[in-house]
Amino acid sequence: MDFEIRIGKWVEDLVTFMLDHFQSTFDAISTVVNGFGGAIDFVLVGAPAWLLIGLIVAVSLWRVGIGFAVFTLASLLLIAGMGLWAETASTLGLVLTSTLLCLLVGVPLGVWMARNRVVESIVRTTLDFMQTMPAFVYLIPAVMFFGLGRVPGILATVIFAMPPAVRLTSLGIQQVPAEIVEAGKAFGCHDRQLLFKVQLPNALPSIMAGVNQTMMMALSMIVIASMIGAGGLGNVVLQGIQRLDIALGFESGLSVVLLAIVLDRITQSFGRTATAPRPARFAFLRRFLPVPAR
Amino acid sequence: MNTMMRSAVSVGGPASLGFPRGAARTGIGDDAAVRLEVRNVYKVFSADPKPALSMLRQGASKAEVLEKLNVNVGVLDASFQVRAGEIFVIMGLSGSGKSTMIRLLNRLIEPSSGEILLDGKDLVSMSKAELIQARRRNMGMVFQSFALMPHLTALDNAAFGLEISGASKADRHKAAQQALEQVGLGAYAHRYPREMSGGMQQRVGLARALANDPTILLMDEAFSALDPLIRTEMQDELLRLQREQQRTIVFISHDLDEAMRIGDRIAIMEGGRIVQVGTPYEILSRPADDYVRSFFRNVDASKVLRAGDVARYEATNTVIRLPGELTPALQQLRENHHNFGYVRTQDGHFEGIVSQATLERELKGPQPRFVNAFLPDVRTVNAAAPIHSLLALVADSEWPVPVVDDDHNFLGAISRALMLHTLVRGD
Repeated sequence: MDFEIRIGKWVEDLVTFMLDHFQSTFDAISTVVNGFGGAIDFVLVGAPAWLLIGLIVAVSLWRVGIGFAVFTLASLLLIAGMGLWAETASTLGLVLTSTLLCLLVGVPLGVWMARNRVVESIVRTTLDFMQTMPAFVYLIPAVMFFGLGRVPGILATVIFAMPPAVRLTSLGIQQVPAEIVEAGKAFGCHDRQLLFKVQLPNALPSIMAGVNQTMMMALSMIVIASMIGAGGLGNVVLQGIQRLDIALGFESGLSVVLLAIVLDRITQSFGRTATAPRPARFAFLRRFLPVPAR
Repeated sequence: MNTMMRSAVSVGGPASLGFPRGAARTGIGDDAAVRLEVRNVYKVFSADPKPALSMLRQGASKAEVLEKLNVNVGVLDASFQVRAGEIFVIMGLSGSGKSTMIRLLNRLIEPSSGEILLDGKDLVSMSKAELIQARRRNMGMVFQSFALMPHLTALDNAAFGLEISGASKADRHKAAQQALEQVGLGAYAHRYPREMSGGMQQRVGLARALANDPTILLMDEAFSALDPLIRTEMQDELLRLQREQQRTIVFISHDLDEAMRIGDRIAIMEGGRIVQVGTPYEILSRPADDYVRSFFRNVDASKVLRAGDVARYEATNTVIRLPGELTPALQQLRENHHNFGYVRTQDGHFEGIVSQATLERELKGPQPRFVNAFLPDVRTVNAAAPIHSLLALVADSEWPVPVVDDDHNFLGAISRALMLHTLVRGD
C-alpha cells in the first residue's frame, strides 16, 4: 500500500518558514528572556551565600515558623557544604524567572478564561493537550527556535509549568461566591474594580495554590531542561548520570529535593493566610518581651 | 339641644385613621412620598424574551410558559410602590420570585420589561455609567450570606462602598466607623469576618450598606441565615435604627413572623406574581385569595396584631367634650344603648371615660362638670402594644379599654367581645 502522511515533513516546513520569516521575533523574545533571567541569575549567584541563605531563612521564619526556619537553615547549609551552592542559586534563579513568566502570562489568561466562555473552551483544550504531552517533547521546539542555553530552557519550562497557574486562577475566580460578586456590583463596582477589589482578592488562595504548583513543576522541568543547557543543578544531575557518579548524583538529587521542600512550604504559606487566621509566627518572641499593657 | 347633640355625634372620626399600624410604628401614612415605584415589571430568563412575554401578557401562567417555551419566568407583571421611610417586606416561599424581584430593583438582574422608578428616575432605561452612580449614591444592599470580603477588616468592609466611589481613606474610615457604631460594633473595627459570629458579620453587612447613607436599603433575606435568637435581636436592631433615622427599606423574607414583625407593609409573591400588598393587618384580616389565607393559617393573631389594629372607633360612644354640656352626652349614650362614653377634645385628645350613671349623678348636682363624671382608674393602651400583652387587662376591665397613639389621641376601644372575636378569626 503506497500510503504516507508526512506530518513530520509539513511541521519541518512550517518551522523553517517561521524561522525564515519570524527570526526577528524570536530574537526579541530571546533577548528579553535572557536579559530577565540573566539579571535574576546575576543577583542570586552573585550575592554572597550567607546573605541569600539568611534571607530565605528569614522568609521561612516569617511565613511558616521557627521549626521550619531551622530546617531551612540546615538544608541550605548542607547544600553549601556539599559544594553545590552556586548551582542551587542558579537553579533557584531559573525557577523564579520561569515562575514569574508563567504568572505574567498565566494569571491574565486565567482571568480571561473565567470571564469568557469561548476563551475558556479554547484554553481548556490547549491546557489539556499541554499537560498530556511528555515533558521532554517541549525541549524540541524550544531548541529549534531558540537554540541551546538558558533561554530555551526557561521557555520550555514556562510552557510546561503554566497550566496550573491558568487553571487555578480561572477556578479561583469562578468559585468566588455569587453573593460576594453581587455585593461588589450592588455597591457600584465597575468591571475593573470588580476584578481587582472583589474577584482577585477572593480568588487569591486558589491563585496562590496555582503559584505553588507552577513553581514545583518549574523546578522539575528546569532539571530536565539542563539537557539543552539550561544550567544549574540539572547540569550536575546530568553529569552524575553520564559519569555514573553515584556520589555526585545523590548530592545533586538531594539538593533538588531540599530546594523543592523549602520553596513548596514557603509558597504554600502565602495561599493559606488569605482564608485562615495566620498562625502566631512570632509567638515565641513574646516570651522575651514584657507583657504589653492594654 | 337636639342640634347640639347631633353635632356631638357626627363630628370627627378618630384622630388618626388610615394607617393605624404605620402610624403606631413610624408615622408613615398613605400620603408619604413614593420613593420607589415598580411598574409592570417582568423577568423571563431567556436570550429572547419576546415570545415568553407575549404569552404572559395574554394571561399564561409561569408553568405554561415553562412547558411550552422551556423558559423560566422569574417575575410576572409586578407593580407596587414603596413609600419613603417604610419597611416594605416582600414575602413568598422559595421559587416565588422574591429574590429575583429584589435583584431587579438594582438591576443585578436585568428586567425583561417594565419600569422601576427611584425618586422618579427610571433605573431600567439608565446607561451602565448612570446605573453605577445610582448604585453608589442611592442604594445599599444586605445579603443573606453576609457576602463580606474575607480579606478586609470590619472597618474596611463597612467602608467598601465608599472606597468604590473613590472617597479618601480618612473620609471613608470615618463614615465606616460611625456606621459600625450605629450597629454596635464600634469596638470590633479591626476584626476580620472570620473572627466574628454570624450575627456580628451581618451587623458589618448592615454597616456597609448604611455607610454611604443610601436613600433605599435592599435586604435580601438578611436575617434568614442567623439562629432564631440572633434573628430576633437583629430585627429589633433594625427597628431601632429605623426609629432613629427613617430609611426606605425593601426587605425580602420567607418568614411570616419576621414579615409581620418588621413590615410596615407586606407584598406577598406567588409564582412570580405579586398577589397582595397591604399592611399586616389588612392582609391578615382580608386575605386576597386562598394562597394568602393558607399562608396565614398558623399565625398567632395575638402576636401579630397591635392594639391600634384592633381598636374599634364608634362615633356613637365617643363624646366630644363641650364644657358643661353633659345632658347631650347622656342623651347620646342612652339613645345608642352605650353604658360608657369615651370623652375626647375637639382635637382628638383622649380625656377619660364617663358612664350613664356618673353623668346622671353629676347632672343632679348644682354645677355639672365632665371632670367629676370621669370614671376613676381608667387605663389607656398604646396603639403599638401587641394584643397578647393586653389579654389580662381587657378581660379584667369593666369597660372596653381605650386605645391612644403616641400623642394621646383617641383611636378607639377594645371590648372583651372584640378581643375574642379577633382571636378566633379565621381558622
